[in-house]
Parts: sequence; C-alpha cells; structure tokens
Amino acid sequence: MHDKTLAALSQALQSKTISSVELTQHYLQRIEQFDQTLNSYITVTADLALEQAKAADARIAAGSATPLTGIPLAHKDLFCTQGVRTSCGSKMLDNFIAPYESTVTARFIEAGAVTLGKTNLDEFAMGSSTESSFYGPTRNPWDTERVPGGSSGGSAAAVAARLCAGATGTDTGGSIRQPAGFTALTGLKPTYGRVSRWGMIAYASSLDQGGPMARTAEDCAIMMQVMAGFDAKDSTSVDEPVSNYTAELNAPLKGLRIGLPKEYFASGLDAATADAIHAAVKQFQTLGAEIKEISLPNAELAIPAYYVIAPAEASSNLSRFDGVRFGYRCENPSDLTDLYKRSRGEGFGDEVKRRIMVGAYALSAGYYDAYYLQAQKIRRLIKNDFLAAYEQVDVILCPTSPTPPFKIGEKIDDPVSLYLTDIYTITANLAGVPGIALPAGFAQGLPLGMQLLGPYFSEARLLNIAHQYQQVTDWHHRAPAGY
Amino acid sequence: MALNRTDVENIAHLARIAINDEDIAATTAKLSGILELIDKMQAVDTQGIVPLAHPLETTQRLRDDLVTESNQREAFQAIAPATQEGLYLVPQVIE
Repeated sequence: MHDKTLAALSQALQSKTISSVELTQHYLQRIEQFDQTLNSYITVTADLALEQAKAADARIAAGSATPLTGIPLAHKDLFCTQGVRTSCGSKMLDNFIAPYESTVTARFIEAGAVTLGKTNLDEFAMGSSTESSFYGPTRNPWDTERVPGGSSGGSAAAVAARLCAGATGTDTGGSIRQPAGFTALTGLKPTYGRVSRWGMIAYASSLDQGGPMARTAEDCAIMMQVMAGFDAKDSTSVDEPVSNYTAELNAPLKGLRIGLPKEYFASGLDAATADAIHAAVKQFQTLGAEIKEISLPNAELAIPAYYVIAPAEASSNLSRFDGVRFGYRCENPSDLTDLYKRSRGEGFGDEVKRRIMVGAYALSAGYYDAYYLQAQKIRRLIKNDFLAAYEQVDVILCPTSPTPPFKIGEKIDDPVSLYLTDIYTITANLAGVPGIALPAGFAQGLPLGMQLLGPYFSEARLLNIAHQYQQVTDWHHRAPAGY
Repeated sequence: MALNRTDVENIAHLARIAINDEDIAATTAKLSGILELIDKMQAVDTQGIVPLAHPLETTQRLRDDLVTESNQREAFQAIAPATQEGLYLVPQVIE
C-alpha cells in the first residue's frame, strides 16, 4: 500500500479498494517498525488518526469525500494542533499543548485527511539538517548516517521512508526545498502569502511560508489545493484567486523558456549535481522547452542579508517565550529578570540562542542602519534580479543544494558552514517568489535535487512543469532500500 | 566584526538570555564568525535603494473594529507554568 503515491491512494480509497482505517493502521505499523531508527516523528497521534480514519471511511461511504479524505498525513511540529503537543523541536515547548488549530491543519482536517503525527524539525525551524532538534537528529532513509536536510527534515524522512502519504513543511530559507532535494521528494514553497501562516509558530515572519512535501508534483498539487487561499486571520495572507492545481498539470511545455542562472553553476557546486541538472535540461528541451543563460547578479549577497533579516525577526518573534504564560520555566527564579533569562537560557538550544542574539545585536541602537536597513536594501536588489530575469524567461532552473546530503555531525560545530548550504534556496524567500524542488537523479545512492523558481503566484505552472518532467523520468518513484 | 566578552554579555542581556560563564568564549567566537559572514553586505553600495520589508509590498489590511475573539482564559492558563485566580504568577516585583 505504501508504494502508492498519494494520488493513487486517493483513487484506491474513493473506489473502496482499501479503507482509510486499513491504510492508517498500515502506516502506524510502519512508523512503529522504522521510526526508532529514523526519528522522523516527535509525536505519533495513533488514537486521533484511527478516529479520523473511521470518520473518513464513513464520509467516503456517504459520497461526500474530497481527494484527501482518508489520506494519512504528517505535519511539521510547528503547526499548532489543538489538544496535541506542538513542540517546535524545542525544550521550550516540550510541554506545550496547543490551545488552537492552525489554519493549514484545520483545512486538512476539514478535507477529511488523517493526522498520523507531528514531525521532527530543527529547533524553531532554525537549521538545515534537523540536528538542532531537542528530540535528537532525524536520519535520512537513503543513508542513515546522513542528514535528511532541514528544517523540515522529519517531514522529508517520513515521506521518503513511506511513513506517511505526504507531509507539510515550512520554508523560510529553503526548509522545504533542501530536505526534498536530500530525500528525492517533491516539495513546493509557495509565493509568500499564498498559504496562511496563522497557527504556524513564527520564525521570520516576512519569509516563512508553508507548503506540501510529497512523492510527486501531482501529490503536491492535491495537497496545495487544500492549503492555498486567503485567510483573514493572517494579516499577510494574499486575497488572490487560487488556481486549479491538478487541472493544470497536463499542459504541454512547448515554448516554455527556462533560465539557468550562471551564478548558481559557478564554483562550489558538486559535479554530480551539475551533471544531473544538465541531464534534466536535455529532458526539458525534449519536452519543448527553450533554455537560456540568465544572471542573478546579487545572489551571493543573499546569505549575509538573510542572516540579518531572519535573526532580527526571530529575536522579535521569540521574545514571547518568557517563562510566564506558557512553555518552559526555570526552577526557583530569584526575580523577574532571572526568570526571563534562565527560562530562555535553559529552554532554547544553542543555535536558537545564537540567532536571537545576532538579531538583537543587528536591531540594537547604533547598528540598525548598518545591518537591518542594509539587509532590506539588498533584499530589494535580489527581488529586482528576479523581476529582470522573468522578463526573459518563464522559470529558473537550478540546484537545491551545493552537495548531496552530508553526514550527521559534519557541520554541527561550524554554524557558518551550515548556513552556506542554503546558498541556492534563500534568494526565493527574500524575493517572496515560489519554488518547487524535485529529484534530478542520484550519485552513489544519494539523492540530487533541483528546483524551479517562478514569478509570483506561478505555483500551478511550477507543478505542471515538474509533473511533465516526472512523466518522462522515474527518479521520484525510487524508494530507499529497505523501506 | 569581532566581538569581545563584554559585547556578548551585553547582547545576551538585551536578548534576556542567561549564558554560563564557561560558554561565553565559544559563543563569542561563533557570533563573531556569523557577523563576519554578514559583514560581506557592507561592501555593497546601496545608496538610493529603497528598503524592502514585504516581498509583495502590500499595505496592512484593515478590518472593522469588532470583537472577534471570545474569552478563553481558562484554556490559555491551563498551559501556564503558574497561575492563581486567573492571574499569571511571577516572582515578586514590588517590595
């Protein structure tokens, strides 16, 4: 059963070949069997899942099902889920039972999807390897000595190991696309504002965006149909009509103009990844696309600008964790300042504390213009690069990461070396444009990822292009050995 | 820019984060490394460039001034570290 894509499982459920209870039990058994090793879930909600599965079977029998009714999904553990622990991978929220439901998870519940559990992530989504979680690192099912990427690494590992049919992720600097690339999945980072952030625990509010992670572009389209749309509860939600993502999957690619940014194929890119993308370029040409070299001249400034903007926003967002209203509180505080300082000092992990401090520094008196304002100006330059590129091409094709998945522990003591792994993904977050990651091949058994970036609100076209590529390739159908 | 111990203690205070004495040296080195990465921005001439705060440059949406939230004090305080009679408890702040 778990070999099937989400789309195929949906058909099997609708035609009553299988029941949602059977399917849910099957995934729960697989989680039991494999997740001791992988550590992709922080919390498994077995009772809730079986209850939802029963309700889904009744809904299918009554003829009022949606394509997601009865489909077992997992949610990154920063989407608030009412009555279920929402930890954000942090000791700070280890005891936090969310008192409300995020818009994204509420929409899935309304569509009749089943929640298998909450997946592991870098603490507060700050990381690119899922090693900074309070609950320990997640392992990559393609090679358990290696990271699955991050911060949505638990969702990536769970989908790749077939421990759920699809999962939610969030992408602030590449946290959907990089782990999708590291685990041979398809993952969509939508346009900023396309998916509601309400109930998503905030990291960097002007960059955060939720999206689907699944085996195929078609699966992502089915999930995206439920996730996308205006939400009055999110002040940056965009009130634009939502495309019919599945209906547009089969559009032909003839005449599609694809740009290759020369800066992304310069030094630092792993040779096997470059070869895989050049092979993909040939496939796209066969499908009728035209290829053109383009330039994103300010790309190398993206990482420095990101590591001002994201920590600055984080230092503000994470000020709410004060040991007073919810979350971790230190023992025997001597006074209020001691309560704040030790609750935060003990409740946050090292990387989160570093980013809060970088942000506090960048925003402090005397440094604001040199750091925050300068970063926002560079953000404009990066956005302008994309606007100029989309005058010449329809989409941009590039790698998701400079290398295949690295080993657990390899970069943990050197934050800057870890930051540099996000070189190809961060630009899209700064500009707010959408991007889809999809598998481009393998090197020594390790997945190689690529991404397509498009203009604002081009999600349907990106899913369409990825889907057409997946009609003529089979990377996305390969499963890690033993799963 | 390289930070010193006093800088880091000041930043930690601004961020209301307690750091153990034995961790200050390592924190100073790592924060300095990050700032060195960030400082690559300073080489760019951005005179005349308008800062970008929101990717889509939309303005804040307004809504009618109506009550939209119901009182959920009990639900919210159920997850608080310490409460009493509907109030959050903290160490004494007034002598």
